[in-house]
Amino acid sequence: MKRLLNTLYVTTQGAYLTKEGETVVVKVGDDTLGKVPVHTLCSIVCFGQVMVSPPLMGFCAQRNVSMSFLTEYGRFLAKVQGPVSGNVLLRRQQYRLADSADESAKVARSVLIGKISNSRTVLRRMLRDHAERLDNDDMLKAAERLGISLRKVQSAASLEQLRGIEGDAAHHYFSVFDNLIISQREEFFFKVRSRRPPMDRVNCLLSFLYTLVLHDIRGACETVGLDPAVGYLHRDRPERAGLALDMLEEFRPYLADRLVLSLINLNQVKPSGFKKLETGAVTMDDETRKVVLVAYQKRKQDEITHPFLNEKVSVGILFHIQAMLFARFTRNDLEGYPPFIWQ
Amino acid sequence: MFTEDELIQLSALQHLVFCERQCALIHIEQVWDENLYTAEGRIMHEHVDSGKSENRGDIKIATGVPLRSLILGLSGKADVVEFHKIRGDSAKKKVTWQPFPVEYKRGSPKRDNCDKVQLCAQAICLEEMLGTEIKHGALFYGKTRRRFDVTFDAGLRHETEQAAMRLHELVESGKTPPPLYGAKCKNCSLSDICLPEKITKGNLSVETYIKKCLSQDAE
Repeated sequence: MKRLLNTLYVTTQGAYLTKEGETVVVKVGDDTLGKVPVHTLCSIVCFGQVMVSPPLMGFCAQRNVSMSFLTEYGRFLAKVQGPVSGNVLLRRQQYRLADSADESAKVARSVLIGKISNSRTVLRRMLRDHAERLDNDDMLKAAERLGISLRKVQSAASLEQLRGIEGDAAHHYFSVFDNLIISQREEFFFKVRSRRPPMDRVNCLLSFLYTLVLHDIRGACETVGLDPAVGYLHRDRPERAGLALDMLEEFRPYLADRLVLSLINLNQVKPSGFKKLETGAVTMDDETRKVVLVAYQKRKQDEITHPFLNEKVSVGILFHIQAMLFARFTRNDLEGYPPFIWQ
Repeated sequence: MFTEDELIQLSALQHLVFCERQCALIHIEQVWDENLYTAEGRIMHEHVDSGKSENRGDIKIATGVPLRSLILGLSGKADVVEFHKIRGDSAKKKVTWQPFPVEYKRGSPKRDNCDKVQLCAQAICLEEMLGTEIKHGALFYGKTRRRFDVTFDAGLRHETEQAAMRLHELVESGKTPPPLYGAKCKNCSLSDICLPEKITKGNLSVETYIKKCLSQDAE
């Protein structure tokens, strides 16, 4: 399987990235902070005031290295798009599927089976590993309800029904999410999911990680020639990467939620690394953001056996594999989209 | 006869002869794959792709020569075209330069004819562009560092023309054929994308996979 390549995250304000031969050079003023050979990278993500030379942008586009710009807080601003190429037939077929209610429901079913099954596995694993410290009854109930949702998803016919089932499942799952936090409980608590803006530390961490994973999935979709903007469960909306959001669903519990929990439970993030703004919105400081980025990069190097391919792969390659499987389904090689189901 | 708009990359021929699905993945689906990028021997091609020529007395060597054939409907580049000096009979002292295409390959000689077909297509392009006849060329294999002469006989020419026709049919159809899993899949740089074992009929279906995953969960 494809080698896991790195993502270069540039968080240093005022940094300037240029191309030197086959390497990316990061400078601040006259100081060189680092040089990275381009063949080791699959993407570059710039936070805040970071500048990039046009030749480097072109070079990255040519070499399939995705490049995105986010605000300091991780909100997506823009990405660099090279000359459009790739698989026109695949994209046309992707749009055709999205135009069909039945096909869209079929994709949405797969995606939700992945999401709900993985959510349930998160709860079950925590129960298994930390039974003595958890409120078992609530957790077991929630896991059971997710099981019911899973059965409903498999027989649901319309997108409308599927979205309803998803809403319920998310509610059951997040209703016990606070139970999964076992250390620093005073400062890290979870009541309800808030996104725009995140109103507490846990939501702030969740949102940031979802953004990071979404960026990787978007890049993977583009690499295999899919249009990340056109989704099935997520209807087209300007500014929204519908397909990338669809594929994010399987990874929210398995990758993002679990990483947030381990950052808190292993005391890798500290309450003091977060700031409450006047409106109650919570942001994290640079140091904390770095800790999260490093933990995420490290997590991507873990190995796992892919449930559908039965191959040992790095976690960071999963996005690429799922995008590739989606493309093969779109092109009729597979009769459905096999979601990533964590066992 | 094809028009310039209809020309397909000459390198697609060797993909087609190796495997129609591989050819479709590359030339219809435009899959981009680092493995393929390196497998095609980019590094090796770089030194011969410079577009320079040199003169060695009886042999002139041109590198990175653009080619095309409207009969085959192909365009591409020859790594190296040698021009061999041929002296006419002594009375006339007329000198002609006979083109002789040479293709560089990174690996070892292959069992099928895909390299020969590609070389023959180059020869047909050169014949069409230079209005001459070319009987011989050579393949150079990086792994064995050996050069093999290839004769463009009627059989090889026929195979090349057939392959070019089939290539046009395939690309125009826009359909990627299903995989035929076999021994050669092991040497294919696209197997990660093609998934021949998974997709070959009768193997694990997506529905079975989902059922299996969920049933393992059942208590």
